[in-house]
Amino acid sequence: MRGRVVIAGIGHTAFGRLPGRSPTSLNVEAVRAALEDAGIGKDAVDGLFVKFPTSTFEFMYGQTVAEALGIQPRIGGVWDQGGAANIAMIGFAAMAIEHGQCEVAVVTFADNPKSGTRQAYEKAWGHDEVYGWFGVAPGYAMIARRHMGQYGTTSDQLGAIAVACRGHGAANPQAQLRQRLTLDQYRAARMIASPLRRDDCCLVSDGGAAVVLMSAARARALGVARPVPILGFGQGQTSWEVAQRPDLTTTAAAISAQTAFAMAGIAPSQVSVAQIYDCFTITVLMTLEDYGFCRKGEGGRFVEGGRIAFGGELPVNTSGGLLSETGMPGLQLVVEGVRQMRGTANLQVPNARFCAVSNQGGVMHTHATLILGQE
Amino acid sequence: MNADQAPFPLPLPDAVSAPYWQALSQGRLTFQRCARCGGAWLPPRPECPHCLSADWAWEDAGGRAKLISWVVYHVAYHPAFADRLPYNVAVVELAEGPRLISSIVGIDDAETLRIDQALTLAIGQEHGVAVARFRPD
Ligand SMILES: [Zn+2]
Repeated sequence: MRGRVVIAGIGHTAFGRLPGRSPTSLNVEAVRAALEDAGIGKDAVDGLFVKFPTSTFEFMYGQTVAEALGIQPRIGGVWDQGGAANIAMIGFAAMAIEHGQCEVAVVTFADNPKSGTRQAYEKAWGHDEVYGWFGVAPGYAMIARRHMGQYGTTSDQLGAIAVACRGHGAANPQAQLRQRLTLDQYRAARMIASPLRRDDCCLVSDGGAAVVLMSAARARALGVARPVPILGFGQGQTSWEVAQRPDLTTTAAAISAQTAFAMAGIAPSQVSVAQIYDCFTITVLMTLEDYGFCRKGEGGRFVEGGRIAFGGELPVNTSGGLLSETGMPGLQLVVEGVRQMRGTANLQVPNARFCAVSNQGGVMHTHATLILGQE
Repeated sequence: MNADQAPFPLPLPDAVSAPYWQALSQGRLTFQRCARCGGAWLPPRPECPHCLSADWAWEDAGGRAKLISWVVYHVAYHPAFADRLPYNVAVVELAEGPRLISSIVGIDDAETLRIDQALTLAIGQEHGVAVARFRPD
């Protein structure tokens, strides 16, 4: 089904602190923008796939969003894989379209952890509270430390990822954090959970994003202005908590990328721009390895020397990523991937034919990959 | 809420994990071993995650282990740990195979630890509850 389903529309809200806005209201705004971008009305939508907000859990939240949108979808609901859910839902929606379960699908996510509650981000891990094992950043720090020990990865190499993403975000008028970062500033920032410093950690953000999917044939018939074909997608998962994971430094990104690249029929070397989920810098480094942009253990050297900055060999997170544009988990990376394939990105990579986008959730528990191309 | 007011997050043993905590209080670190496939695991669970058998028994760990990884907290995610910063949390692998969350004692600076470093069990006390800590050999 390579290329037979397209992303026909993209939309998002402002990013940052948005007090007084509920996740449902932000979902509606993002979907409204995505439908306008696609040039279609809401009544065409018969599939609605929603990632539930992590700040507040609500049963049947997909129906809540559908009611707010005033639509009666044939298929959809809420999907939970943490941050991998957005691309996972794009894959499910594409398959639903391909198999006649719906014709026009919306994938949407919104949340307000910055102005609302952040409780979901601060839960204890398992039964190990007695040792002080709390928080999301320390889970990633545990993996980062092992990577450093196994492969000699350095703090400065993690810093190079933060510097690149922050540079891209500084150039993005819509980014939540428009502040360049130097490696010296990175080194001087306080430790959160060693070896991870403040600038290794993504933002906390209110906001929403949405995409509209339909068949390429339908997009042609409707005269959609700038459809971007979905060439491949894939997923990968591990069930093991960090402490139980047999190998801390290889992730489900590897199998996810194999599936997606095989479906797209391209190799990582053909990809010239990537949006790589950067909840923490170490996630980018290991995803680049697991995707095959470099070999396992060489991610640290790969990100050095400006290779992943705009103008480098493989610009990553060209709108700033979770470290700079918005900490929202993942759909904005798809939106930026679509802009790159349309040729309308703020930092447009010239002659980019393919864009790889990654989403991941938990502490590298779940992963989903999307390969976008051009019409 | 400050550290004095926050209740310390002690384990809440259930039917499956109570023997684990009781053994620790008697100076023994235990894990589960499957009678059907021989698999060994922690944390306590009612079925073998390898073959799904519910036929298993507790076994004493010898106390030899190695350091898989560790972090040093510079931010307290729970107020009960605010006055301990910086403190370390480690993933430790027992010689028998099971892995567990723990902390490393008997060191001045956790940044000088090394992955795969050899460790020995050093059961400690936390608010009257025995916990499995480790020290470098
Ligand atoms: Zn078994």
